[in-house]
Amino acid sequence: MSIDTSPKSPEAAAVPPPGHAPVKRVPQGHKRLLTRRDRITLAFMAGVPTVLHVALVWVTALASIALAFTSWDGIGFDSIKWVGLDNFKQLFTDNPQFWPAVEHNIIWFVVLILIPTPFGLFLAVQLDKNIRFSRVYQTAFFLPVVVSLAVTGFVWQLVYNPDTGLINSLIGANKPGHYIDWIGNPHLNLWAVLIAASWRHTGYMMILYLAGLKGVDPSLREASSLDGANEWQTFKNVIFPTLRPTNTVVLVVTIIEALRAFDLVFVFNKGAQGTELLSILITNNIIGESSRIGYGSAIAVVLLVISLAVIIPYLIATFRKERQA
Amino acid sequence: MSTAVIAKKRTPVRPARILLHTFLVVTSLAWLAPLLWAVFAALRPYSETSNKGYVSWPDKLNFDNFKNAFEQSDMMHYFGNTLIIAVPAVLITLVLSSMVAFYVSRFDFRLNIFLLLVFTAGNLLPQQVIITPLYRMYLLINLPGITMSGKLYDSALGLVLIHVAFQSGFCAFVLSNYMRMLPHELTEAALVDGASVWRMYWQIVLPLCKPAMAALATLLSIWIYNDFFWAIVLISTGENMPITSALNNLSGQYFTDPNLVAAGALLTAIPTLIVYFVLQRQFVSGLTLGANKG
Repeated sequence: MSIDTSPKSPEAAAVPPPGHAPVKRVPQGHKRLLTRRDRITLAFMAGVPTVLHVALVWVTALASIALAFTSWDGIGFDSIKWVGLDNFKQLFTDNPQFWPAVEHNIIWFVVLILIPTPFGLFLAVQLDKNIRFSRVYQTAFFLPVVVSLAVTGFVWQLVYNPDTGLINSLIGANKPGHYIDWIGNPHLNLWAVLIAASWRHTGYMMILYLAGLKGVDPSLREASSLDGANEWQTFKNVIFPTLRPTNTVVLVVTIIEALRAFDLVFVFNKGAQGTELLSILITNNIIGESSRIGYGSAIAVVLLVISLAVIIPYLIATFRKERQA
Repeated sequence: MSTAVIAKKRTPVRPARILLHTFLVVTSLAWLAPLLWAVFAALRPYSETSNKGYVSWPDKLNFDNFKNAFEQSDMMHYFGNTLIIAVPAVLITLVLSSMVAFYVSRFDFRLNIFLLLVFTAGNLLPQQVIITPLYRMYLLINLPGITMSGKLYDSALGLVLIHVAFQSGFCAFVLSNYMRMLPHELTEAALVDGASVWRMYWQIVLPLCKPAMAALATLLSIWIYNDFFWAIVLISTGENMPITSALNNLSGQYFTDPNLVAAGALLTAIPTLIVYFVLQRQFVSGLTLGANKG
């Protein structure tokens, strides 16, 4: 969000100086002048988008919760049966794919936050040094973010293919008996996908951090170097602490990315053994032959609870800061 | 000024700069390697690579694979499908979200926070959280005569609606922040002069939001073009799929020829790359405006 990435955010500029008329009076002043037609126009302008968004996003999210406690074959509403916690019990105890999926989502997050995120920050710091060709380098690192994840999946398959792929061809593992099956082997495939995911994530993080670094007051850096701090000390003690708002955004983006991870794995191997993810389990339950609506919704509820545990505190903190500003 | 001072001070430290450039050149080439490898494979005939192996000096480089991939799978048709979905989705999202943003930034500050919370939180949810009921809802909604399938399911309209609903959260948030930057006197004066609310929105506020709208339009076009998930689940007929999702089926057709798969995948990436290179500034500024986006 803009408020978080730079101190010179639009919000800061929009805030009236202290002593100015309280913010709330302005809209009321506006309101008094409205005609009937204006009010109808306004209701329409706020109403149509809200109804559409709420109907398709929030009503369905709530329906997910409700359906998670039922069993339904999808044909006619009278076949909906309340089953209490059965779906969850089955999910937690009987489903051999569920816990691996949770584990893989967690690994996904841990890898993204530990490897591409710091590397993206490192690249941003280097590219922020006013060097020549900075734009060219940025374009190269950012290119994977622009290309769709589906295409990314196909491109990396060409790298990983056991017969024809780049890696096996280079290390001579593309002959029978020597195969390394990067996509099929359940001990390898998650890591192979994660390399592709990290490839993309690095550029994304680099851009976010570059925006954050642009907002750092240059005089801070100058003061620090006048004090005799070296480059690393300046970064550690002066620059990094001022990047706190960016770090928050980065953390939230990374968690959400880890929970949303889907396209790459689906293109790679449809979430076969070794790469199960919560999102894949939900989708396979819909597309698959034996669609179980209540059961799929129960998995969705797990995903929803984890997501909201991240989203709500983040948004509350963001909006509170905005109000105070 | 101070950056100039620092830059001047640093100029003498040449070796460090050379080292940094060497590092950056090597790393960016490594970053481009997978894409370059795909281009290399796509440019070579299958017969040659199956003979000599993929890591070998090329005898022939040509665009045959691109031509074949394009013609054999009727890609034009799928690009058309994407266009039918993406253009209305981007336009409607921008119109609707700018209307909400206008309302919350100009008229009601208490509702503002709540409405924005709802929109932004909804936009951050993983799509899979809502897909099961959404899929059922799309199957249950009958639209005989309006869509080809007679339902919301398996129709371009259905995809447009979910894109609009999902993305408008993010756009409303960005635009409302942007609109609050505009001085209040602007609309107040118009209101005192007796201008209608609609005129204020259409003739005063919207024109001032052009930069933000351009950034969002760029971002949305690429996101919607790149969407894979919604179409995979909400479209059942392969013929109706937009290009990114169709790729999944198409690759099955030329399964045995990785060079052709590479060419097909690269072809679908071309429009995004063009938009990115032409509108890079818009894209990046849109992304950092709304960094909360997944």
